[in-house]
Amino acid sequence: MANNHDEGGADHGGRLDEATGVHTVGHEWDGIEELDNPLPRWWLMLFYVCILFAIGYVIAYPALPGRHSATPGMLGWTSRGTLAAETTAADQSRAAVRAAIAATSVEDLAKDPKLLRAAIEGGRAAFKVNCVQCHGSGAAGGKGYPNLNDDDWLWGGDIATIHQTLEHGIRYPGDDATRMSQMPSFGRDGILTPAQVQDVVSHVRVISGQEKPSASSNRGSAIFAQNCAVCHGANGEGGRNVGAPKLTDAIWLYGGDRATLTETVTNARYGVMPAWGQRLDPVTVKMLAAYVHSLGGGEATPAAPAAEAAAPAAPAAGQ
Amino acid sequence: MNAPDPKLGARAEPETKQLYAKRVPVFPRKIDGAFRRFKWAVMAFCLIVYWGTPWLRWDRGPFAPHQAVLIDLAHRRFYMFAIEIWPQEFYFVAGLLIMAGIGLFLVTSVVGRAWCGYACPQTVWTDLYQHVDRLIDGDRNAQMKLQNAPWNAEKIGKRALKWSIYLLIAFMTGGAWIFYFDDAPSLHHAFWNGTAPGIAYATVGVLTFTTFALGGFMREQVCIYMCPWPRIQGAMLDEKSLIVTYKHWRGEPRGSLKASQKRVEEGLPPLGDCIDCKQCEAVCPTGIDIRHGAQLACITCGLCIDACDSAMAQIGRPRGLIDYCTLEDAERESHGEADTPILKTIFRPRTLIYFSAWAAIGVGLLFMLGTRSRLALSVAKDRNPEYVQLSNGSIRNAFTIKVRNMEDRPRPVVLGFSGVPGAKIYSDDMEASAARGDLPMTVAADTTRRLRIYVEAPKGTQPAAVLFDLKANDQEGGHDESRTTFTTAEGNGQ
Repeated sequence: MANNHDEGGADHGGRLDEATGVHTVGHEWDGIEELDNPLPRWWLMLFYVCILFAIGYVIAYPALPGRHSATPGMLGWTSRGTLAAETTAADQSRAAVRAAIAATSVEDLAKDPKLLRAAIEGGRAAFKVNCVQCHGSGAAGGKGYPNLNDDDWLWGGDIATIHQTLEHGIRYPGDDATRMSQMPSFGRDGILTPAQVQDVVSHVRVISGQEKPSASSNRGSAIFAQNCAVCHGANGEGGRNVGAPKLTDAIWLYGGDRATLTETVTNARYGVMPAWGQRLDPVTVKMLAAYVHSLGGGEATPAAPAAEAAAPAAPAAGQ
Repeated sequence: MNAPDPKLGARAEPETKQLYAKRVPVFPRKIDGAFRRFKWAVMAFCLIVYWGTPWLRWDRGPFAPHQAVLIDLAHRRFYMFAIEIWPQEFYFVAGLLIMAGIGLFLVTSVVGRAWCGYACPQTVWTDLYQHVDRLIDGDRNAQMKLQNAPWNAEKIGKRALKWSIYLLIAFMTGGAWIFYFDDAPSLHHAFWNGTAPGIAYATVGVLTFTTFALGGFMREQVCIYMCPWPRIQGAMLDEKSLIVTYKHWRGEPRGSLKASQKRVEEGLPPLGDCIDCKQCEAVCPTGIDIRHGAQLACITCGLCIDACDSAMAQIGRPRGLIDYCTLEDAERESHGEADTPILKTIFRPRTLIYFSAWAAIGVGLLFMLGTRSRLALSVAKDRNPEYVQLSNGSIRNAFTIKVRNMEDRPRPVVLGFSGVPGAKIYSDDMEASAARGDLPMTVAADTTRRLRIYVEAPKGTQPAAVLFDLKANDQEGGHDESRTTFTTAEGNGQ
């Protein structure tokens, strides 16, 4: 029925709805019709206010697209500007903490737990950017790259020593104060015969508890005393002054099986770490030291201020 | 094209149809009666609760705020008298909101839009502002007269005074809101000092403006055009819900007493009880005529019942020409049958189901409140690395634990560990050499203590399911536990 009225006039095309006394708009959808009630005028006013707001917005903010960029807007607002402002604000909010870390020696960080906490978190962030490529995102290392969570340290695990290692690197050509040592290639350079190498390997596997003593290991013991003990110690306890690993424990940087040990003794190893003091600012290096020290294997600062003497066993964590 | 259609007679008239309608102001007349008094009481209750609650104090000891009702967003705590809720326990609030929802279903299915009529803030504040109108401008007729009067000194003065009072009420309304979110006395002090946070001033500003606009000027427009609730409630009513009803079978045909008298003299039957005095329209806060039947704009405040009752009393007819009545009873009454007993109307399956659901949630919440632990433990195992091989061959796993002490006092607790024989635990703020089977510690009042825990197990330990358990070491006691795993190289094919 309502269809009859669809072609009606412009005012209202509909019929009079008896229940309400209001005309319908004249359209009908599956029997559903719409009453032609006037909209409240305040609603219309709100609509105009919205239009005015939109005009103001277009003037004040970037809005109209052009070929290469939009109109700049009178306020000069940009999303890049917002980002820059937020970044600056974040840097400024960190400035006080960074200044405090800069003013504190790395050994004294632990005296201020809040500062230490901040340093550790800063170090965690820097580690994710600079260190994970070799040491892994959990600092668990890999073959040739030390696990920083454990209690075994090549050069020492107190925070000052870690800081020194970070600052100057290991066997890093560009830093005069870098940690330097080199194991001879006993097999390749003909210092030891292949058979002697096997004997030394047997001995190392015996002192690390992986093999029972044998004739080979007995021979190796003598060779070890002559060739290896000067760095690794008479009993294979290692030497931190030259970064010589302890050979009696359960942790192997490259592997403790016979094949890997043979490879190590024959060709030697020469692990390198950059001197981070050349690449990062001093505060970040300090924060990295605090973070690495916090991973579970950090050692207490030795009572004697001797920086990195041969003092082999600072009270090792976890033992 | 323009074929004459008898049904379109109206179209032929030159109508000046407006696309937009100006608001027709409503000037409700003052009325007294049972519903008006009830509305007074609800209004007083709501306003006193709203303005008074933040100022109530509640002693919680030295470690917690002393405001009885406080939504401490900054510290993520919600205090309500003896109850303190942490964000983890937000389900209590969710439960209350669900109860409020079902409670509205229940009330609406029994007595219609009682919420709209009495308790909705829009109704309460509109009512308050309408009283201000009467106080300054006088009752209905005086208000209408002033509305149509030219802008002379008197009108300007009265308007300025009235709108100032509007603004004052709006400011007090917006101002009170912020006190629910911070210590009321100190925030009040800071507010006038200019040292309160910017968000406090912004909140007060926005709420002052909305109260001023919605309560002072928009009023019934909010109910009719903005609020979705009338539509929802319309769908929740049924034929057994009590709604404000004009009993047309008793009132019609309407007409004055004189006209009725005349008809009787002429030997015709008298007119209906409705004397067409239009008092029901005059008192209506949304300006409708209830005699058109149930409608969207009717907030069921019952003021028209009061108005009609007083009119009926004056002409010596029984009250209740306009009254709360169900659609079903309206049908029955109009056929001369008796009403359904009121108890039968109220206690019907629908309302009983609503009530059961409402009560069940309430009882459940109370039970949970009574049995909830104020001590909680959560453990997250380090997954990177999963385990660390130590130089003496033992295996170390690390866990990040959180101990939540939700009491307002420091508590001694003991963290235990079981599942790996020979395992020792220590935290990152102690020496590994001090590791032992369990870990006693103190958790400060109303805080979460976060600790990194190391568990060291002897060489050769197999992977195992393990259990951390936390016990309070004080009189009150309390216990929580968390299951996790201990990972080793063994059994991993390594």
